[in-house]
Amino acid sequence: MNTPIAQLKNVVKRYGQLTALDGVSLQLHPGELLALLGPNGAGKSTAVSLLLGLQRTDAGRAELFGLDPQSLDARRRIGVMLQSANLPQTLRVGELLRLTASYYPHPRSIAESAELAGVSDLLMRPYGKLSGGQQRRVQFALAMCGRPQLLFLDEPTVGMDITARQKLWTAMRTLVAEGCSVVLTTHYLEEAEALAQRVIVLGKGRVLSEGSVDALRARVALTRIRCMTDLDAGAIAAWPEVTMARREDGRLAITTPAAENVVRRLLDADPALTGLEVQRAGLAEAFTELTRDDQREAA
Amino acid sequence: MNAMTMEQTMRMPMRRVLGAYLAEARSECRRYLRAPGFMLPITLFPSMFYLLFGVLLGPHNSADAGRYLLASYSIFGVMSPGLFGFGVSLALERDGGLLTLKRALPMPPGAYLLGKMLMAMAAAGAVVLILLALAFGLAHVSLTLAQVLALLLTGVLGVLPFCTLGMLVGTLLKGQGAPGLLNLIYLPMSFLSGLWVPLPMLPKFLQQIAPLWPSYHLDRIALAAVGMRQDALWPHALVLLGVAAAFWWLAARRLRRVG
Repeated sequence: MNTPIAQLKNVVKRYGQLTALDGVSLQLHPGELLALLGPNGAGKSTAVSLLLGLQRTDAGRAELFGLDPQSLDARRRIGVMLQSANLPQTLRVGELLRLTASYYPHPRSIAESAELAGVSDLLMRPYGKLSGGQQRRVQFALAMCGRPQLLFLDEPTVGMDITARQKLWTAMRTLVAEGCSVVLTTHYLEEAEALAQRVIVLGKGRVLSEGSVDALRARVALTRIRCMTDLDAGAIAAWPEVTMARREDGRLAITTPAAENVVRRLLDADPALTGLEVQRAGLAEAFTELTRDDQREAA
Repeated sequence: MNAMTMEQTMRMPMRRVLGAYLAEARSECRRYLRAPGFMLPITLFPSMFYLLFGVLLGPHNSADAGRYLLASYSIFGVMSPGLFGFGVSLALERDGGLLTLKRALPMPPGAYLLGKMLMAMAAAGAVVLILLALAFGLAHVSLTLAQVLALLLTGVLGVLPFCTLGMLVGTLLKGQGAPGLLNLIYLPMSFLSGLWVPLPMLPKFLQQIAPLWPSYHLDRIALAAVGMRQDALWPHALVLLGVAAAFWWLAARRLRRVG
């Protein structure tokens, strides 16, 4: 089971002077949900488009199911939801599903795909008349109507409200439970945190970190402290061992690798302090920490 | 699942592959039939041109002149769905990301382009029919049934080289740039091929370079179809075939590389 179903091997991709990917290797195993994270320009989209065979590598290899990603046999096993695709406005949702399903050897039924993506009530509507969130759901239905073994989802929940996003997460979990693998790129870290078994963080065309969500979090031993206080955020940010301090919704939010010391000092400084919360940092903090050097250089 | 069984499960029976081609062509036609704002001007523009310059301002005294103008304006009309229907829609869809998605999906090769081609052929047929109606109804042109069918066939097949030219332009320019360049090709080429004003009335030099333009060769075939010429058609057909193959090759190569 450990043969990867998709992989990049030491891939280099350049656009003129710019090196988008600089020796990236990554593997996707059957049945796993892999999240690709990274700030804008990190190389996420390039990695995905190489795996999809939309572009060619300058060095190294991209493989889908051990095949060239451009081969029809490889593409018949994947489903795709791209970040932006203007589908024909005048076609009805049902017609789009029927067309896309016709490309695959063993597609789901129209009704089943629509049900999974929550678009059953939209089948007769022209695509152009749908809201942005509805269009995203239709695109998701198109991505999985071919019963793919591997699903590429590029920023799938952008433009969706919370209910729609939750529904899509449920659908993704259902697919993964059926044995479908997923490559997910997202800039909602809570999405990766909720869904991904493995996270790869890209920065400036290189793999900065790879591992489970927990492992990634553990790499950055940060803690979040929140409390109600009149103390000045700017002054606290200057304390030793404080990574970040700012006001969030009227509360003071601090991140630090040394929670005990900072809490002790906080309580000393403001005896009237209330509402103290101490929490291990989430993926967001870990991600900021990992990509910070990158952004500093870029700035 | 091991590699062997995956290999087998992914094989598509021929019937389903054909089904995918059909579904693509049906979708392509349906989406543009429902958006008349795109195809209607493309078909009506040349018809209006014929009505103004071929019928109202054209010579009324000679049956030959009427047939000549009908054939030439038919070719002018047929070029339009090829260049614009194919080229502009391709340029817009490359811009909007639809083509990128199709390239990632397991759409059978060429199904998308084939769908567009069929749509352009249907539109070309419609243009010729409109012009025939105008010619019979208003310009009192008379043709035999065989000539009508020959002209229709010339139009429906003759649109193909212009599809490939439109396709090439559509792969070179994205979005809104394509219509401008296509007009720069369409209008001068039509004039230089003698589609508006018969070639013998143009300056000698322009007559000499006319064989450079693909539309000139298609016009020769159309003129033969309505009984205005008797010379051999195969050199013209061969030129058109070569032009179509060359543009197709260039455009397909670019689509594969750039998308």
